Amino acid sequence: METLPLEPLIELRGVNKHYGALHVLKDVDLTVGRGEVVVVIGPSGSGKSTLCRTINRLETVDSGTLTLAGRPLPAEGRELARLRAEVGMVFQSFNLFAHKTVLANVALAPVKVRGRKKDEAEHRARELLHRVGLLEHAQKYPAQLSGGQQQRVAIARALAMEPQALLFDEPTSALDPEMISEVLEVMQQLAREGMTMVVVTHEMGFARSAANRVVFMADGQIVEDRTPEEFFTAPRSERAKDFLSKILKH
Amino acid sequence: MDVLTQNFALYGEGFWGTVRLTVYASLLALAVGVVMAGFRVAPVAALRGVGTAWVTVLRNTPLTLLFFAMLLGLPRFGVALPFELFAVLALGCYTSSFICEAVRSGINTVPAGQGEAARSLGMTFGQTLGTVVLPQAFRTVIAPIGSTLIALAKNSAIAGSFSVVELLSTYKTLSENGYNVIWSFVWIALGYLILTLAISGLFHVLERRWGVAR
Repeated sequence: METLPLEPLIELRGVNKHYGALHVLKDVDLTVGRGEVVVVIGPSGSGKSTLCRTINRLETVDSGTLTLAGRPLPAEGRELARLRAEVGMVFQSFNLFAHKTVLANVALAPVKVRGRKKDEAEHRARELLHRVGLLEHAQKYPAQLSGGQQQRVAIARALAMEPQALLFDEPTSALDPEMISEVLEVMQQLAREGMTMVVVTHEMGFARSAANRVVFMADGQIVEDRTPEEFFTAPRSERAKDFLSKILKH
Repeated sequence: MDVLTQNFALYGEGFWGTVRLTVYASLLALAVGVVMAGFRVAPVAALRGVGTAWVTVLRNTPLTLLFFAMLLGLPRFGVALPFELFAVLALGCYTSSFICEAVRSGINTVPAGQGEAARSLGMTFGQTLGTVVLPQAFRTVIAPIGSTLIALAKNSAIAGSFSVVELLSTYKTLSENGYNVIWSFVWIALGYLILTLAISGLFHVLERRWGVAR
């Protein structure tokens, strides 16, 4: 599969970022092809969440370039907002709009950003809620749902913008174990349908079964970037071997 | 009681003047205060600077001084307005700095993640603020905004010293006509009480209706 020449959708070149004295991203290069599922793993503090957040500029970078479908991402303003709409994001803490119903959460951005008619956007929102199995909860508020349900709404909300790619920043880390699978199932389905995805996660099962590539990060650098099969069976670097031995022991 | 019944028209005129000042200055203060709160959290440094300067200058200037500055200062630049309009401007701008800070504290109660989610969906700063942040921020600041507007209603008494017809200034006429000072003031105080209780009643209803359910 990786021999296919994929059209590069997301490209990061020489990206550096500091938090004060801490160098969180060190000369990171990453290319994600259209339709690819890239799972980013690594110990905490390795910069993987920061990497995910820089892709749609929720984090600014100190140097380096980011391009989306060949177009460079501007630093701020209306043009950035337009490009951000092309990259959906799913957060660890769901971040649903607390004052709006589930349906309104999903339909809001298409109306505000894409200029869709309200009834049209709500019709589409219902389809998406049906797809993530939550149509019967459309009129509830986020606080009335479980964590797993909220995260599925968040995925539907991101999909409503018909993005070219989806970023997942530890989407299951705040969930109870029995809710993790319902979220992963939705993600597996998206991967099968050919959605371009960058997933920061600790779910090694998902990485093995859904990823085209595994990117292993440590200390702000990409240490390995390989197929899941190769990475999990024969990691090259000491850091990766050490990391895998710790998480796979249990 | 005679003071009230014999001077009902005078009291009425004064009360109505205070109501007008309060309503117009409140609307101005709310509008400007919300805009300034938006400026203070804007991604553009220049806007944040304007918001901070606005609050710093107006919140730290005595209101009487502000009246003097408006009434004596603005005409020098060729701005000649009716005294009542000057009073509305002075009261409204002064109070807007307090509204701004109340709204800003409300903005800070909205989890930052919701703003990030809105931005990640392609919403501009204005859309994020208007549709996601402010509607939730308002719910937490209903009570402090009510207090600020009650203070505004009482501060409007200063306008009486600047030839604006309002409730407190009626005492001058009454004392000139030889009425008992104490009773004159009792009825004036009652007038303010009616207005401030009406404001707190309104905000009580707003809070019951829109306040954050816990």
